[in-house]
Amino acid sequence: MPRVTVETVDHVARLAHLSLTGEERTLFARQLDEILAWAESLQAVDVSDVEPLAAAGKGALREDTEASGLPRERALDAAPDPAEGLFRVPRIIGG
Amino acid sequence: MSGLVGLGAQALRQRVAGRDVSSEEVARAHLDAIEAVEPSLDAFLAVLADRALERARALDRRLGKGEKAPPLAGVPIAVKDVLHIEGLPTTCGSRILEGYRPPFTATAVARLEAAGAIVVGKTNMDEFAMGSSTENSAFKPTRNPWDVGRVPGGSSGGSAAAVAARLAPLALGSDTGGSIRQPAAFCGVVGLKPTYGRVSRYGLVAFGSSLDQVGPFGRTVGDVALAAALLFGADPLDATSVDGPAGDPGSALGRGASALRIGVPRGFLEKGVEAQTLARFDEAVAALGKAGATIVDVDLPHLVHAVATYYLVATAEASSNLARYDGVRYGRRAGGPSDLRSMYGRTRDEGFGPEVKRRIILGTFALSSGYYDAYYLRAQKVRALIRRDFDRAFAACDAVATPTTPAPAFRLGEKTSDPLQMYLEDIFTVPANLAGLPALSLPCGFASGLPVGLQLLARPFDEETLLRAGAAYQARTGHHEATPPLCAA
Repeated sequence: MPRVTVETVDHVARLAHLSLTGEERTLFARQLDEILAWAESLQAVDVSDVEPLAAAGKGALREDTEASGLPRERALDAAPDPAEGLFRVPRIIGG
Repeated sequence: MSGLVGLGAQALRQRVAGRDVSSEEVARAHLDAIEAVEPSLDAFLAVLADRALERARALDRRLGKGEKAPPLAGVPIAVKDVLHIEGLPTTCGSRILEGYRPPFTATAVARLEAAGAIVVGKTNMDEFAMGSSTENSAFKPTRNPWDVGRVPGGSSGGSAAAVAARLAPLALGSDTGGSIRQPAAFCGVVGLKPTYGRVSRYGLVAFGSSLDQVGPFGRTVGDVALAAALLFGADPLDATSVDGPAGDPGSALGRGASALRIGVPRGFLEKGVEAQTLARFDEAVAALGKAGATIVDVDLPHLVHAVATYYLVATAEASSNLARYDGVRYGRRAGGPSDLRSMYGRTRDEGFGPEVKRRIILGTFALSSGYYDAYYLRAQKVRALIRRDFDRAFAACDAVATPTTPAPAFRLGEKTSDPLQMYLEDIFTVPANLAGLPALSLPCGFASGLPVGLQLLARPFDEETLLRAGAAYQARTGHHEATPPLCAA
């Protein structure tokens, strides 16, 4: 089993867009290591020829018919920084 | 409290329908009860007094004009703050949704309101429904009405506590790994997690999309069946919702438990169940036997892996679902950062509490390159084996019985520092979510003065069997009539 280190947590936090504090990094490394060590029992289960089960239900598709969605201004009502009918975010390119 | 508080949904509806009392009087009595008890309970994140009274008066006007009383006419309900009501804040127990007011209403809430129910408030919960104690709420912990030094369970702890303390006869919760049934057990009320797909999740904040289900709390199986009948059914706004095989939960109630075969997985109960809890469970199974059910042994060999499987699957799904909280489209945005990546990272670090971050990290890890096969994919395979266990068990029985939890309500703070101990609380509840089965928890007595829950699980879309067995049990026992020390009635 791979040991979870602070470096592992840093890598995963980057993937998850989480800026963790130093304290959180060490705490999570220790706790995740414990949790994964305990979940290690799954590795011993014989799963050969078992198809993974992603969800317990199949759901149902509806007809693809035209319907109105949420009006733009209502959707923007909840945004922390709407501008000119759009969601404004910090600069991504250049600057 | 004019004798209205403490009545069940069916009794209240009957009195409102008979114009014996007004819907406004019923709402007012429950709002007064909330005002009196809430300071010691902390079950609500928002009390919707004005809205409730306004809606109650509108219902009274319609009834005054001779309109037929709908099935929940004037019945107060509490709604877990994971379900949207248009224009009112949804916090989901989190700081990251600060200021968010959804522009639409959850189908489950809309259906109960259309049936005449009056929402009295939004209830407290573990942040994003992640937790088994309601201590992970970003705002406050909720107390257990049976002992205010103990947790009400979670994540729907506010809804369960409100129903137990007689602040509403019915409540809505959500259940991803036990979040309806475990608090129902801890608070001594009835909680139903319907079959995966039975109830629309439109307007439910997503946690684990292959596991989440909306369901009702009540004090009697009859009241829960009444709410279930209104909640069940496909919704074009949720592609995972389906119309199950016809079933009228209400009509099942009178049919008793005779001819039902109830399976007990003895091997699975052997370890880790507190002695008094196990004794109450055995008595409950014996009572079902006296009610006419046949008790059989069943074997569910892969259930020992259910908690590990669940915590890999659920956190993987959560890490994906919670990616949407990025400070762009709704909720809170961290001030300061001038570049996008830092804005995302800071927003999420400031907005999420420790348990949510822990689960995002675990789930992202389980899905990440190099670990996906060993963790997420393997967990999905073990999940298939767990469902196969149930398929086999249901060849020999109509319902499986277990305790809902290994022990009664624990003390506030007792398990907060050890997440693994908290996760192990879910051993009996997560299997139903993994296999998509309906499951019911109902009060079956007390262990050292604290309520114990009996859990029944059935085949997909066979809630009828659960409600039949539950009603037969409650017809022979009085545990559901016990009132907690902290109670409005």
